[in-house]
Amino acid sequence: MAAIEVRGLTMTYGDLRAVDDVTFEVAEGEFFGILGPNGAGKTTTLEMIEGLRKPDAGEITVLGQRVWPRNPALLPRIGVQLQASSFFERLTAREQIHTFAALYDVSAARADGWLERVGLDDKAATRVGDLSGGQAQRLSIACALVHDPELVFLDEPTAALDPQARRNLWDLLSGIADAGRTVVLTTHYMDEAEVLCDRVAIMDHGRVLELDSPAALVRGLDAATRITVTPGQLTSTEAADLEGVTDAAEGPDGLVLTTRSPGRVLARLAEDDHLDGVRVQTGTLEDVFLDPTGREYRA
Amino acid sequence: MKLTPFVALSLAILRGFYRDKASVFFAIVFPLMFLVLFGGIFSDQSESKVDLIEVGTVSLVDEMPADARAAFDQTFEVTHTDDLEAALEQVRKGDADVAIEAKGDTIVAHYTQTDQVKAAITQGALQAFVDGTNVALTGQPPRYSLDPQRVEDDSLDTIQFVTPGLLGWAVAMSASFGAAATLQGWRQSKLLRRLQLAPVSTRTVVAARVAVTVAIALVQMAIFLGLGAAAFGLTLTGAWWAAIPLLVVGTLCFMAVGLLAGAVAKTTEGAVNMANFFVLPMAFLSGSFFPLEGAPSWLQTVSSLLPLRHLNDGMLDVMVRGEGAGAVLAPMGILAGFAIVITLLAARLFQWDSTD
Repeated sequence: MAAIEVRGLTMTYGDLRAVDDVTFEVAEGEFFGILGPNGAGKTTTLEMIEGLRKPDAGEITVLGQRVWPRNPALLPRIGVQLQASSFFERLTAREQIHTFAALYDVSAARADGWLERVGLDDKAATRVGDLSGGQAQRLSIACALVHDPELVFLDEPTAALDPQARRNLWDLLSGIADAGRTVVLTTHYMDEAEVLCDRVAIMDHGRVLELDSPAALVRGLDAATRITVTPGQLTSTEAADLEGVTDAAEGPDGLVLTTRSPGRVLARLAEDDHLDGVRVQTGTLEDVFLDPTGREYRA
Repeated sequence: MKLTPFVALSLAILRGFYRDKASVFFAIVFPLMFLVLFGGIFSDQSESKVDLIEVGTVSLVDEMPADARAAFDQTFEVTHTDDLEAALEQVRKGDADVAIEAKGDTIVAHYTQTDQVKAAITQGALQAFVDGTNVALTGQPPRYSLDPQRVEDDSLDTIQFVTPGLLGWAVAMSASFGAAATLQGWRQSKLLRRLQLAPVSTRTVVAARVAVTVAIALVQMAIFLGLGAAAFGLTLTGAWWAAIPLLVVGTLCFMAVGLLAGAVAKTTEGAVNMANFFVLPMAFLSGSFFPLEGAPSWLQTVSSLLPLRHLNDGMLDVMVRGEGAGAVLAPMGILAGFAIVITLLAARLFQWDSTD
């Protein structure tokens, strides 16, 4: 049985179709990503699935149950992290998670366990306002998971974090899908979706443009591979003559060869002993996004 | 250890309150500053004596019997000088209220008309002492005597009037600011949305916020009455306890005012400012700072349309005017009516997201 079934979901604000006929399923135990730039309709989609907003049209089933109007039988089975850090003002990290634990009828000891698991046990006595951005997100995730829900929604958990804090959070996020938990994550970072998600729905202007695993999306794109060879190894004319190379141009880091058969080109470079410091770039989700929209990705 | 959702939410709200210095200041310290001001400084004025300069020797004053002299010293602060001109100059400059000298059997009192009330008191009091001495000199017991009796309780002075009014203002501030800031703050941080997705009923969330606000109001009451009684001689009359249920209903009413401000405003600061914009003028027009008995009738009419006026009147009735507990019933009904109407209005104007 699917953890989430969404069919023909539509939401309009005035003239703007924020979500336009969105249909997808999320399997149990899946780590599902909704990827798109700001204003793509990710958060609105998520909030309708969570039961915070009534869709203008469409059907939603979560864990086999309806979500609208507010369904108290469903609430203990799902965990949510909203886009803002939704904390009680001036509480410490421990008081914060204990308050949420009480709302879900969970013991304080189990709440402390989550604090430790997200690496905040040494910040337990710190007020939420004094936590760093990354620490606040960790606490927010711990509060969403305190009752060990089957399904958890995370709305842009890494937004507004610096790259280091973002990568630190990935370890935590990839770990929470254990024990068969289903995770739905929105993000506007391509690399994040690629690293964390089993499947990704790419959204823009309220519509789902692509939906598949990151690897399949990149494969399906049939994007060229770029191979960079360190300077002085071979000239651009020599390179352009190699079998399988469609283009060769001088780049800042060396000679860049474009090819659709990287295996053959690399084998040839190995024969001639040109592999020292070689760099291979395959297509990324960014290329996938560029393909259907025909425009640069605006995060 | 497991707390119930109600206890956990109440604790969270209470901690949010007492850890916010501004909230505590405006709920407790700020109104108490006014209590000290009105109760301490203004009440001293009624005890200020008349400054009297005795020029040369005035036998009427110097040879007064001991009990009469004690009464005289209650009214007059006496200093001596032999220089008439200097004494008159002091009176002219307002450093003294009156200078007296003896010309034979006549006492000449040089006074200033600058403060007309004080001038009248001075003349009347001096005349009374002259008459009293004349009677005593006849050796006859006086046939008539005067026994002044005050209509109000003997102890009814400034503190009695200002304590209930300032308490009403303090409760109106903390209840409305608290509700406004909570609604706005929780909406902005999406905590309201987060709680909507937790298995806790709206009733429990509202009950926790109400419980904390009522508890704060009762603490305010305890501090005001305690400090008033201990430091400024506040004396409560019989049914003062009836002010407790009245204060609870009043708290609900001002929470509703705060909810309305929180529903309308776009930011937390805006919500608190809006609540203040309503509460401060209301406090002036409801007799929190000065009695409205002498105010023009149109002002009385405006005043009676304000909820705080009814809270203040009800508390004055049972706390210092000695009326029975029944006196709070009408104000309680009016405040409950205000609370219901304003809450319904706030509910209509409320939006879940400030960004929509």
